[in-house]
Amino acid sequence: MKEIIITTIAVTAISAVFAFLLTLADRTIGDYGEVKLLINNDKEFTVRGGSSLLSTLIDEKIFIPSACGGKGTCGYCKVKVHSGGGPVLPTETPFLTEKELKSDVRLSCQCKVKQEISIEIPEELFNVKEYIATVEEMENMTDVIKRLKLKLPEGEEISFKPGQFIQLMAPIYDGNDEEVYRAYSIASSAADKTHIELFIGYVPGGKATTYVHQHLKVGDEVRINGPYGHFYYQDDNDREMILVAVGTGIAPIFSILNHMKEENIQRKARFYFGAKTPSDLFLLDYFKDLEDTLYDFKFIPTLSRVTEGHNWDGERGRVNNALDKYLTDTEHKEAYLCGNPPMIQSVMESLKAKGLKDELIYFDEF
Amino acid sequence: MIELNPFVIFLAAIFTNNMIFSNFLGMCSFIAVSREIPTSLGLGQAVTFVLTCTTIINYLIYHYILLPLGLDYLRFILFIVSIAAFVQLLEMIVERYLPNLYYALGIFLPLITVNCAILGVSLFMIIRKYDLLQSIGFSIGSGIGWTLAIVALAGIRQKLKKASVPKGLEGPGITLIITGLMALAFIGFSGIVQIQ
Ligand SMILES: Cc1cc2nc3c(=O)[nH]c(=O)nc-3n(C[C@H](O)[C@H](O)[C@H](O)COP(=O)(O)OP(=O)(O)OC[C@H]3O[C@@H](n4cnc5c(N)ncnc54)[C@H](O)[C@@H]3O)c2cc1C
Ligand code: FES
Repeated sequence: MKEIIITTIAVTAISAVFAFLLTLADRTIGDYGEVKLLINNDKEFTVRGGSSLLSTLIDEKIFIPSACGGKGTCGYCKVKVHSGGGPVLPTETPFLTEKELKSDVRLSCQCKVKQEISIEIPEELFNVKEYIATVEEMENMTDVIKRLKLKLPEGEEISFKPGQFIQLMAPIYDGNDEEVYRAYSIASSAADKTHIELFIGYVPGGKATTYVHQHLKVGDEVRINGPYGHFYYQDDNDREMILVAVGTGIAPIFSILNHMKEENIQRKARFYFGAKTPSDLFLLDYFKDLEDTLYDFKFIPTLSRVTEGHNWDGERGRVNNALDKYLTDTEHKEAYLCGNPPMIQSVMESLKAKGLKDELIYFDEF
Repeated sequence: MIELNPFVIFLAAIFTNNMIFSNFLGMCSFIAVSREIPTSLGLGQAVTFVLTCTTIINYLIYHYILLPLGLDYLRFILFIVSIAAFVQLLEMIVERYLPNLYYALGIFLPLITVNCAILGVSLFMIIRKYDLLQSIGFSIGSGIGWTLAIVALAGIRQKLKKASVPKGLEGPGITLIITGLMALAFIGFSGIVQIQ
């Protein structure tokens, strides 16, 4: 018994001394004092040196997209570091192309802030904020898709463009041992700045979707940040809109259509919505009603697998087939595509074959 | 056992009882970081420094804490803890004051923690019942010996870049063969002194 106690005390005491020394070193040697951080040659911050650029920026409430939590495995956190970042580390090179290396691109989670540093980030990232939102409503749209309504904290607002997305954090839970961030398009209208709605499809074994579908309850808090994304409603023209979505890709389109309804925008739009079976369809009535309320809108749902005995009077086949049938020309039109990569790929090809220019096709790959 | 002069131990650790060539300890970083002379030299210096400091720390821990308490069986765990903590400390210092060395050694620096030559020296000093001065001589010698070995190997490998090595032997393969040849050469010294 005595031996056990002495052993325990000795091991604990010696480890504690080392821990103390390391903490002390962290405070003194690891402390790089205050350094200047210059962003886009315009905004200047005084920050504490010693941590990674990514976490330094987060401390300053500037959010860079990241999916791996700074472990250097996702390659999302790229920023341009013009000076003060030191040489590129071996942990970064696998994620950087020749061209990126030449133009000073670095992984912000690997690059440390130790001295005066000058970086460049897209201007719109300044608008990105973090929120601890509360789940206000939760509803099953289909067997596998849930609608989530989140309320932002009292007094906080989010301003986004219809079509953009946020990142939602899935915390550690039984069966998931790391915090992960996943992108979800905002489905609600941009006019409501205190709530956002999401449509989240269940991916078997998926970290974030299992969390949302099996653990999250009304009244819980979730951590989100955003908005992000180059896919949004283009308000600088009056071209006819070709909207195409499958599955949860409906979310950003929903936001765009709501925006057009609220702002009473006089613009022609056609919405092709693809699903497999009737049980995958949702919000049918809502979009049908929009045909009456919007200026000039047609809703074209299409099913690739109509179940035996179900009376379905809509289109059959893939969205591509419906597109071939109704889209005769692409004169004065632009397209918004959302869904899985194969669908985007094939729709893009047929749109281009019909003469639509690359730069008039906007898309979000899920 | 005759009482060995610390200086004799120091020399022996470099030539006759080289950690790499006679004990084959510390092989992984020896092979991984021996591509260029400057990096090898940097790592060698770091290893020498860590070796000397951790040997002294471990000597004190062993003789003044573990032995009196009858806990000498804990030496494996505690030596590893002290080495790990010390390398952490060293990493912070190098990152702060020798940035060029830090970038050159990059991800290899933490490799020192798992460099078995370092734990090996601490354990040998106890098995061979060295006193403090002998241990210091032994550790500095082992560090220099390790540096000598890795720098020599890096030199050979730099020359080897231009040689045509059979495809299957490129990289670690040929390196191990070279190490074997170098070990043979070092055995030539072994008649001079013996410390084990
Ligand atoms: C810009 C953008 C917007 C997005 N918007 C939405 C949205 O509005 N609604 C929504 O539900 N999702 C959306 N996603 C997808 C979402 O970000 C996640 O990828 C998805 O929810 C899976 O996350 P997870 O953590 O549950 O799965 P993970 O743990 O990341 O993946 C588990 C496994 O499932 C596979 N997998 C991942 N995604 C899919 C998939 N879609 N289908 C089949 N297998 C998959 C993975 O390869 C992996 O093997 C969007 C993605 C992007 C990039
Ligand atoms: S955050 Fe994932 S690589 Fe940097």
